[in-house]
Amino acid sequence: MDIQFTEEQELLRSSIQRLLRDQYDFEARRKIVADEQGFSRKQWEAFSELGLLAAPFTEDAGGLGGGPLSTMIIAHEFGRHLVVEPFVETVVLAGGLIEQLGTVEQKRSFIHDIIDGKKIWTLAWTEKGGRFDLANVATTARREGEDYVLSGEKTAVIAAPWADYFIVSARTSGNRRDHGGVSLFVVDRRAAGVDLKSFKTIDARRAAEISMRNVRGQLLGNEGEGVAVLEACRDRAIGALCAEAVGAMGELNSATLEYSKTRKQFGVTIGSFQVLQHRMVDMFIAHQEALSLMQHLNLSISGGEAGLSRLASGAKTKIGYAARFVADQAVQLHGGMGMTDELNVGHYFKRISSINIQFGDPAFHVLRYARLDAAA
Amino acid sequence: MELALSPEDAAFRDEVRAFIAENYPAEMRVPNPETDLTKEQSLLWHRILHKKGWIAPLWPKEYGGPGWSITRRFIFEQETSRAGTLPPLAFSVTMVGPVIYTFGNEAQKKKFLPRILSGEDWWCQGYSEPGSGSDLATVRTKAVREGDHYIVNGHKTWTTLAQHADWIFCLVRTDPNAKPQSGISFLLIDMKSPGVTVRPIITIDGSHEVNDVFLENVRVPVENLIGEENKGWTYAKFLLGNERTSMAGIGRSTRYINKLKQIVKAEIPSDDPAHLDFVREIAHVELDVLALEATELRVVAQMARGIDPGPAASLFKIRGTEIFQKITELTHRAIGNSGLALREQPVSANHFMPGPEYGHTAAEKYLNSRKLSIYGGSNEIQRNIIAKAVLGL
Repeated sequence: MDIQFTEEQELLRSSIQRLLRDQYDFEARRKIVADEQGFSRKQWEAFSELGLLAAPFTEDAGGLGGGPLSTMIIAHEFGRHLVVEPFVETVVLAGGLIEQLGTVEQKRSFIHDIIDGKKIWTLAWTEKGGRFDLANVATTARREGEDYVLSGEKTAVIAAPWADYFIVSARTSGNRRDHGGVSLFVVDRRAAGVDLKSFKTIDARRAAEISMRNVRGQLLGNEGEGVAVLEACRDRAIGALCAEAVGAMGELNSATLEYSKTRKQFGVTIGSFQVLQHRMVDMFIAHQEALSLMQHLNLSISGGEAGLSRLASGAKTKIGYAARFVADQAVQLHGGMGMTDELNVGHYFKRISSINIQFGDPAFHVLRYARLDAAA
Repeated sequence: MELALSPEDAAFRDEVRAFIAENYPAEMRVPNPETDLTKEQSLLWHRILHKKGWIAPLWPKEYGGPGWSITRRFIFEQETSRAGTLPPLAFSVTMVGPVIYTFGNEAQKKKFLPRILSGEDWWCQGYSEPGSGSDLATVRTKAVREGDHYIVNGHKTWTTLAQHADWIFCLVRTDPNAKPQSGISFLLIDMKSPGVTVRPIITIDGSHEVNDVFLENVRVPVENLIGEENKGWTYAKFLLGNERTSMAGIGRSTRYINKLKQIVKAEIPSDDPAHLDFVREIAHVELDVLALEATELRVVAQMARGIDPGPAASLFKIRGTEIFQKITELTHRAIGNSGLALREQPVSANHFMPGPEYGHTAAEKYLNSRKLSIYGGSNEIQRNIIAKAVLGL
């Protein structure tokens, strides 16, 4: 099942690697996250120039037609470099939804601006008390002429402080936790009635609590179909997040292996201790399995295969636990150094911790995986 | 689970409980006492305990200890940790104090012990070095005798709260030609001495708890040497034994489990499948605590009968730290999406944090507790100790 990348895909990968190696080493990233904005507009433009923001979109939509496999390649490299800019939020989440649901006019204007790096987007679906349930929506939207008017609150929306637009899930009918009756809306971040309370995330990104009071939004897709659409969107997001996690795991494993070969205690390198050798073998196995599942999942997303949701939940679970294990052990084997802000190891740990929360933690997804089987 | 207490000991327990309830300073009840208190605030409770005569339960009465039995010491430890009081600075009271009264001379006892008890001197520990973590016997910081001074040069690291410290107790190499363990001495150094520089190390939770301490041509009076020159390793090992005694952390774990239960109740409706998942996970960790607590009580009962507990401390350290790491992980998981936020340091009311207040320190505690399996002798080292000293491997 190993993916044989096409020449184009190899080219994409090597060009990202070159860009990140030259412009996004750990020190450059440290400066970016310490900046007041917390991300780099310049890097975002560089990603756009390289075609990364166009890669997954179809050629009809003005993209490069690379699909989910190009997303996987990009996210994997971004995971290796701990990139903070909102690629998944803008391109995979919002871009994917607009491409799938948008009118001709919406696609033309919105996707064009995403590809050009002019506009940043994010998806606002999480609500207080809603945990990881896409249908747990109390935010309301009521029709008013051509537009809709939204009121409600969204919680822990990653990249919201950077975004120009949000895609917001809101209830057009039914009760909280009903599957039907949820719709998606495009909301301008600067629209009257939108209020943000920003904070820093565990992995040095930015997020916000969003409150909306009678905010005008335009409908994206059909009324009432939001939850089903978000489920598919989440599957795609998981494909990208898993790729980021696997990228981070690979870096943790090489750093730990390298350290164990140079760090000496009791007169020998610590890599000569059998207990640590076995630990690193388990870390290697965890990475290998995660890498395989990451490819398997993204190939399935690419092929639009049946049973995708079950596989996505399975991968989120398995890769989540594997990444957590690797991150724990990488910190442990680095000793005190692994605990420092100075070394990148702790930052990979935090990135993995963040990924494990987004769109549901492994404990959530293992249950979903089990339930989707019972349904079949 | 409780020890079977005599009526007198039960009365003592009630007295301790009441004293804490009446005297623990309200201003020390902050979201994260380890990071949110100033030096002065963190000493408030220390001073109250000192006034009461309870600051140093381990110490013999002649040096200012309360003269408690092993059972009473244990009761005190249990009650203070269950109540979530900030323990007095271990480096002063638990570590260097006993070294001074056990191996120090009369002048040293007279000079240092009262100031440790009163909280006037804040001590930090100069053990680890960049090249000497688990393998402490390889310390390279050099102390060269010059008249009635040692000239000390070296680099200590992971020095907890050195930014507040008045004194540092250091392992230094006084005989470079001897075998690693035999050339080490135990030296007390005034942090105000010229040539001492403290540089903060920021950890992954964003906090400033540990430091690098650089020693450049620091002149230390010979009278600050503990015991004999080149015998420092003996004193160091004695101290490390004390460091690991109270690492089971039953009281703390129990408190955090209770808090976790409240959080789960507030966050996850009982008809959400995640609820059962948490109920089960919490039950498992409660059983881990129960088993460790039963082991601790058994060891305390043995000690009360005069039986040497041997390396039981290593067992407590391994299980106590693993349990607490698990609890902080579950707590971080329980708050769901709010777990994405990490409090900015230094802590300020100006920084917004999402979600209910009970979750505001979950991420930082989850991150910070990764250190537990590393410091105080990594858990790998503790397992080596049990393998060698208990199993004879």
